[in-house]
Amino acid sequence: MSDNVFASLIGKSQGAGGARYKLLAFGSLIILFAVFSLASPNFLQTSNILAILQATSVNGVLAIAATVVIITGGIDLSVGTLMTFCAVIAGVVLTFLGLPLPLGVAGAILAGAAAGFVTGNIVARLRIPPFIATLGMMLILKGLSLVISGTRPIYFNGTPGFTSISQGSIVGTVIPAVPVPNGVLVLFAVAIVISLVLTRTALGRYTFALGSNEEAVRLSGVNTQAWKVAVYTLAGAICGIAGLLIASRLNSAQPALGQGYELDAIAAVVIGGTSLAGGSGTILGTLIGALIISVLANGLRIMSVPQEWQTVITGTIIILAVYIDMLRNRNAS
Amino acid sequence: MTDLVTMRGIDKAFPGVRALKGAEFDLRPGEVHALMGENGAGKSTLMKILAGIYRQDAGEVLVGGQPVDLGSPRAAIAAGIGIIHQELILMPHLTAAQNILIGREPRKAGGLLLDEAALNAYAADVFRSMSLSIDPRALVGSFTIARQQMVEIAKALSFRSRILIMDEPTAALNDKEVGELFAIINRLKADGVGVVYISHKMDEIKRIADRVTVMRDGAYVGTVDAKETPISKIISMMVGREIDNEAPAAPDLSAAPVALDVRGLTRGSQVRDVSFAVKAGEILGFAGLMGAGRTEVARLIFGADKADAGEILLGGKRVEIGAPQDAVRHGIGYLSEDRKALGLATGLDVRNNIALASIPRFSKLFGVLDEQAMHAAANEYIEKLAIKTPSDRQPARLLSGGNQQKIVIAKWLLRDCKVLIFDEPTRGIDIGAKSEIYKLLNALAAEGKAIIVISSELPEVLRLSHRIAVMCEGRLTGFLPAGAPQEDIMRLATLRGNAGRNT
Repeated sequence: MSDNVFASLIGKSQGAGGARYKLLAFGSLIILFAVFSLASPNFLQTSNILAILQATSVNGVLAIAATVVIITGGIDLSVGTLMTFCAVIAGVVLTFLGLPLPLGVAGAILAGAAAGFVTGNIVARLRIPPFIATLGMMLILKGLSLVISGTRPIYFNGTPGFTSISQGSIVGTVIPAVPVPNGVLVLFAVAIVISLVLTRTALGRYTFALGSNEEAVRLSGVNTQAWKVAVYTLAGAICGIAGLLIASRLNSAQPALGQGYELDAIAAVVIGGTSLAGGSGTILGTLIGALIISVLANGLRIMSVPQEWQTVITGTIIILAVYIDMLRNRNAS
Repeated sequence: MTDLVTMRGIDKAFPGVRALKGAEFDLRPGEVHALMGENGAGKSTLMKILAGIYRQDAGEVLVGGQPVDLGSPRAAIAAGIGIIHQELILMPHLTAAQNILIGREPRKAGGLLLDEAALNAYAADVFRSMSLSIDPRALVGSFTIARQQMVEIAKALSFRSRILIMDEPTAALNDKEVGELFAIINRLKADGVGVVYISHKMDEIKRIADRVTVMRDGAYVGTVDAKETPISKIISMMVGREIDNEAPAAPDLSAAPVALDVRGLTRGSQVRDVSFAVKAGEILGFAGLMGAGRTEVARLIFGADKADAGEILLGGKRVEIGAPQDAVRHGIGYLSEDRKALGLATGLDVRNNIALASIPRFSKLFGVLDEQAMHAAANEYIEKLAIKTPSDRQPARLLSGGNQQKIVIAKWLLRDCKVLIFDEPTRGIDIGAKSEIYKLLNALAAEGKAIIVISSELPEVLRLSHRIAVMCEGRLTGFLPAGAPQEDIMRLATLRGNAGRNT
């Protein structure tokens, strides 16, 4: 089974060229690890590795949401502010209404799915280009978060278990030496589930098919609008999970947060080899892309490189990644 | 025997156009029924109604004698109607099997998961029944156009279609592949499938069709027997007038100067040591099979690709052409094979398309464009080339293929090109517009332009060329005079050399 899961993670069925590229991205990650561990003895310490993974969890989950949409040939600029919106909804359910934790979790995920459903309909039925539709949704959700919260952070002090969604460690209670935070487990769980959805289910098949040639799918008698709405709804639900993770980490829903996260998420997707033209991409690639961004940030910080330069380096890597992707496509054709 | 399909009194209007006026069509089991007509005659529209993509404004469609409502592609598929579109519509990132069964994937685990094993087995069965050796697991994007076409056919057949519509299926196929396609069509016929075959190519109609229905201006003209009716009769039904198809005599060019001299042009294994010269006023036709390297030669001359070796002389002087802008500066114009993708800015209007290669000439202070001068220039060529357009502000994409081709020609004429390279100048252009383009090329040659015509249609090469160059596998295998027998051309086109195999 683990073999199968791994195969679906790298998305073997979606092209050998893709696998080779993933190897490249993975190789880059290894090289980064090697360089940073030589540069600083602190880098490879368990606590630092766990910190990197923890820092990846929110962006990783968001990037998975963005991947799903990008494979259809779309783009989602609203993942960041939707994440915040879902965190605020969790705050409303748990802190304002004082309801139990599971309802808060469900509320955040449902709110994400609902927002995704709306976005999907704007894209699929009103035929607004995804860039514009999600740009609009990004602002709408940002505004709504501020309105609902009264522009103030909502704290989860009344719900003691809430911080353990991301911060606690189930693994740590079993193996105290490796206290992998729950947030990292959530990231991996989301990655595995979405990989399976993409490679094993009809929804996944149509996700790739829509990005490959939407007209062909439509003329094959498939209800493309409904499936596209489903894809955006799924992406929204994943953003809901990201909202829970970030709120749990901060023990609060910060309504002003969120904008800018979508760019990191898209960067992870692109570095991971998913084509912005649609039709191809894998969750493993996105995970590696998100890890590369976190490792860079962490490693450069350990080496005392100013944060401003980290941004410059990340930008350079994005352009490099896309350029390599283009070379790969040229060779393939 | 009941007809598979009967279409009667079909009307269809689009904003501003009456596409179909009382169109008729019928299809019998086990026949290949060709549907012919010039571009814009309404063939594709009629067949899109049959395939459930458009809905007719009036008229009735009967399938197997029963009236049907084909409101969606799904309804047409359910009625046993499959269509293979002119532009292939497959999903290149998906495998052959995934393409064939899109929307009908076998499921397992209570419908939750896709059953890839069953999917591949099913597709393998379909391919086997068509005697095709295609790996169901291979990505469609890695296939040749011909293979993709076979996948489309397999997809249509996998719906157990009794009615198969093929819209210009051979447009991108070479002769061997056409043969394979026809073998499949013949097997389908034997199984009682009715095939609607839309094509411009007369020789194919003669080879494969049983009956021919001709349409003109959205209306039914008539149905004739394919084997017994002479081609000239079918053509006159299509255009409603006689077509001048006589090749003009090659002019005496003994005193004319050489305009373009190409020596030893080489690029990898695609173009090997190609040398030729074109005189001012001459039309040099390039014949050869697909992949012979003719387009590659044109792209080297135009600077679109870099040559490994060779030199190019214009008017006796050696020129360096490293990029298309060098070629344009030296007065070489290239009219690409794929107008829409490479030659025409379809979003721009006619005026801007014509002016596109001459923008510096129309730029005033601070780069402001002189619209008046552009308007005047565009109108001059609209008139000169008889481009049918309401005005020079009409978006180019709204014009017919023939008129689009004329716009591209106008663009290069305005740039005052002395050498014009036409790559498949009449692809996708109907017969009436074709003969206009031919006349235009002759007129340009008479004005002293040196013209190279690349064409996969032998009759076209013969109809146009003053001299014929033949290529095979990247080498120029010989020159023939105007009016050379087709057999001689084919001999040179298949003349594989033993030299130059040093890869």
